[in-house]
Amino acid sequence: MDGLDTLKAKYLAAIATAADESALEEVRVGALGKKGEISALMAGLGKMEPDQRKAAGAMLNVLKDEIDAALRARKSGLADAALDARLKSEWLDVTLPARPRRTGTIHPVSQVMEELTAIFADMGFAVAEGPQVESDWYNFDALNIPPEHPARQEHDTFFMNRAAGDDRPPHVLRTHTSPVQIRAMTEQGAPIRVIAPGRVYRMDMDQTHTPMFHQVEGLCIDRDVSMANLKWVLEEFCRAFFEVPSVELRFRASHFPFTEPSAEVDIRCSWEGGQLKIGEGDKWMEILGSGMVHPKVLKAAGVNPDEWQGFAFGMGIDRLAMLKYGIPDLRAFFESDLRWLRHYGFAALDLPTLPAGLSR
Amino acid sequence: MKFTLSWLRDHLDTEATLDDILYALTDLGLEVEEVSNRAARLATFTLAKITHAEQHPDADKLRVCRVMTDEGEKQIVCGAPNARAGITVVLAKPGDYVPGIDVTLGVGKIRGVESHGMMCSERELELSDEHNGIIELASGEVGQKFTDWLAINRPSVVDPMIHIKITPNRPDALGVRGIARDLAARGLGKLKPLDIPAIKGGFPCPITVTIDEALKTKGCPLFAGRLIRGVKNGPSPAWLADRLTAIGLRPISTLVDITNFFTFALNRPLHVFDAAKVHGNLRIHPAKGGEELLALDGKTYRLAEGMMLISDDAQPESLAGIMGGELSGCTEATTDVFLESAYWDPITVAATGRALKVNSDARYRFERGVDPAFTLPGLDLATQMILDLCGGQASDLAVDGAVPDTSRAYRLNPARVISLVGMDIPEAEQRRTLEALGFTLNGDMATPPTWRPDVLGEADLVEEVARIASLTKLQGKPLTRATAGVPRPILTPAQIRERSARRTLAALGYNECVTYSFIDAEAATLFGGGTDAVMIDNPISSEMTHLRPDLLPGLLRAAARNQARGFADLALCEIGPAFHGGEPGEQHLQATGLLVGHTAPRDPYGSRRPVDVFDAKADAEAVLAALGAPARVQINRKVAAWWHPGRSGCIALGPNAMATFGEVHPKILAAMGVKGPAVAFTILPANVPLPKVKTPTRPALAISDLQAVERDFAFVVDANVEALTALNAAIGADKALIESVRLFDQFIGDKAEAQMGAGKKSIALTVRLQPTDKTLTDADIEAVSAKIIEKVTKATGGTLRG
Repeated sequence: MDGLDTLKAKYLAAIATAADESALEEVRVGALGKKGEISALMAGLGKMEPDQRKAAGAMLNVLKDEIDAALRARKSGLADAALDARLKSEWLDVTLPARPRRTGTIHPVSQVMEELTAIFADMGFAVAEGPQVESDWYNFDALNIPPEHPARQEHDTFFMNRAAGDDRPPHVLRTHTSPVQIRAMTEQGAPIRVIAPGRVYRMDMDQTHTPMFHQVEGLCIDRDVSMANLKWVLEEFCRAFFEVPSVELRFRASHFPFTEPSAEVDIRCSWEGGQLKIGEGDKWMEILGSGMVHPKVLKAAGVNPDEWQGFAFGMGIDRLAMLKYGIPDLRAFFESDLRWLRHYGFAALDLPTLPAGLSR
Repeated sequence: MKFTLSWLRDHLDTEATLDDILYALTDLGLEVEEVSNRAARLATFTLAKITHAEQHPDADKLRVCRVMTDEGEKQIVCGAPNARAGITVVLAKPGDYVPGIDVTLGVGKIRGVESHGMMCSERELELSDEHNGIIELASGEVGQKFTDWLAINRPSVVDPMIHIKITPNRPDALGVRGIARDLAARGLGKLKPLDIPAIKGGFPCPITVTIDEALKTKGCPLFAGRLIRGVKNGPSPAWLADRLTAIGLRPISTLVDITNFFTFALNRPLHVFDAAKVHGNLRIHPAKGGEELLALDGKTYRLAEGMMLISDDAQPESLAGIMGGELSGCTEATTDVFLESAYWDPITVAATGRALKVNSDARYRFERGVDPAFTLPGLDLATQMILDLCGGQASDLAVDGAVPDTSRAYRLNPARVISLVGMDIPEAEQRRTLEALGFTLNGDMATPPTWRPDVLGEADLVEEVARIASLTKLQGKPLTRATAGVPRPILTPAQIRERSARRTLAALGYNECVTYSFIDAEAATLFGGGTDAVMIDNPISSEMTHLRPDLLPGLLRAAARNQARGFADLALCEIGPAFHGGEPGEQHLQATGLLVGHTAPRDPYGSRRPVDVFDAKADAEAVLAALGAPARVQINRKVAAWWHPGRSGCIALGPNAMATFGEVHPKILAAMGVKGPAVAFTILPANVPLPKVKTPTRPALAISDLQAVERDFAFVVDANVEALTALNAAIGADKALIESVRLFDQFIGDKAEAQMGAGKKSIALTVRLQPTDKTLTDADIEAVSAKIIEKVTKATGGTLRG
């Protein structure tokens, strides 16, 4: 067995110089294959005396393990080198553009509607809806605006065509979301808390007006709801919506036929360098109209004004969006200019929630 | 409504500053829109005196003056021809802003001579158009403020003008006195008494007045007048002309100016007839129809039957309550004037005014409601003013009708006031407020004053009390939650779906648009609408005449606009109402997506290809899935005319159409000005059935450990056989064993026909078999394969491809 060292040196050298996996395999077959040199020596053990066999067997086994380990090590070394070479050959210019993927956007009006809903839902307001073509009764009469009332002329109403012979008063495109108050109360009675966001229409088109825009109506009727509660609700809403630590509101006496007392609501703000800041400064900006629901309106909706009372308010959604997000021009809301939609739109997963904040 | 501070002070005895008054007005609901305070703009100017003036060494038209000012003697170069020693002038110093030339002065050198200020002309101070020279004052001391001098010598030019917005419920505030009354109630002074003179007629009124019986109950309950003989009508005295000028009215003649003055001072519109031009007597009557009247605005109005008229024995003379007639109007030559004061019914005046499209200060007031009880006192006051300013002699009263009875009383419930407003206003203060506003309290019953036609119930009393108490002082009080604990969900399933559709579309890469609900007639008609039922009677433009029957036209128009701006590849969507009729409720929600151009910009990977119908279908299916539509649906070809007839489909559950997808018809694209390709889909969320049971619990997951097997089949079928027919047939072959069937290839076109025969194509399906109780044997697979082949060939009329 003296030749074992030579054998070992021979194979280790062969392993070390094997250039690739097939050369290495040849070495393995030559040494450890069925007809390999070491295998042949192992087979020869059977013919030996037991003592001799034991000693030679141990030595052969050591040799076999050594060769085997060397083979494995070389094999993995070769594989690594091959992989390295392949990876090197697979270089790509990773500064190339990514595969194109369309990115969609949510319109600011939709986003702000969801923001409003999130805030008012927390205060227990459900979302009510109503038709956009309205009878003049729902749009006016039920809201204490009789036909001859001057306020009716100030609404710049769009009227629907009436077929000849149909003597009903023409339907209107709702001029405000207030008719939803009547519908919601008629359906649900009191107590009730709803907001009603949606499209409204006025015959007005200039720099700051579009013939269609969006309003949100709020209505809260209960046993003892007061104007002070209205103020708190609006303060909470404005603070949450504008995402500022605090806001200050000012109620100013005004007149709406469907509320009494009525108030226009101003918010404290500053305008500096064209930048609006809510909650600070020495300017007041009118943001909404509100008041205690007129007893005649409650009656029109089948709610007994001797038992129930409450408040209503209405504000422009597009305007809220403009103020919060610094969008300058109302008309652009409805022009669908791709550049505008991309710039002012919101990502699909920008879901406004109270825990995460309304905006990013 | 415009007025001046001194006019207000005619009625209000107050020490309040202008700022306090402005704040109170807005807070009371009389919102200040504009204040023009000329005194503030003139505050820096002082009086000075020229002590010496000499020719400028280098300029013929300039003088170098030494001027004594409150800061000592200054040298000022002046170009005015009247600049000379001894005159008292108005001085602007360096640093002062001169409004008439819009310049802030500095120390300057004029042709080499230093000048320390400027002596101003009337025009430079915006006092008048006078610019022939600098102002020379007949009085005044050096150093005196010019505004102080003006306040004494020309008060009208420093009288601040206040413009307030009057809400339609406050006709009383259309007179200065009503505004003063509100301020007095707020505690900003005392309302001065208004003394009504006793006019004693010197002769019977030669013109009698008669109201037609038909109008006495509604239209004109009271008409009164009086002749004033021997008046001299000319320009008004300065104080009166100044009042009117300050609020933007042009002084005309004393008689006419007096009527305007009463309109604004006391909300008492009047009319003056030149008695010499009145034929006989006056009659208030409904028009027969067809009468014509040349009114004071120079226009001729043709009256419809029933409109209220004042006529004399010969012809119509006045549009009752709206505008007098030109023919009987007063001129400087008028010597005998008939002064009219009447109470006109608001609704009647409003209807006539609207119908004739004529606006006037009188109409504006009568249709909101003037004080009926002030008809005769107003007449007397105005008579006195005419006598004072124009002389003459007044006749006895000519009158018909009576002051209408508007008396009514409402209960003041102090506790209810506090409960509604949420402010602790003591009962005594509530009563004081109402009395200050002219209400009469009898126990707990409050009778509104005759000038407040808007007060029509208890709630109006609450509003008055709250308004005067100041809503600015209102403190917010938390609104308790309707139900304790974590808020409940509040959205309805339909509302949730609308949001899901919107967010899904945005996630799929669509830009959400909000387009107008009304579109042009052509587009509406192309999309199945445009009928008279959905037509707007008074559209604002020809682009917006009909309610949209569908969202697609709006998006196509948007696409065309964007293409014109150079954006060719578009993914636009809208979720909103479409209108299938003109009655309330005849609207339904649509979620519409539009893809135009290519799927992607050009890139190195060849991603770009034209959008096709299967892009639209994929997105439609994604939205339907987000809305909870079932996976198994039918696709039929019952689509509207604006879709490509061969390249569109309707996703339906039986008769219930949930969505349409496809290529937009080329004719529609051409009509809407869109360059194709364009594919779209419209989803009707309301037609997607809601789950029968709502539970968060999922059905148990059934998965098998047994090996699933996939087998592919190719069939040769007629080219017009639909894939879904084959798929449905295959899946029906063994509902227990077949987990899914998918079409993975098709071979169509000329090459396919060359191989398989004219009008043929090949489709390839892969079927996944999932055993549940035992591993499949070859025999099992053979058996189910045979069944699949049989079912598919039977359903499609095709054959297995060899």
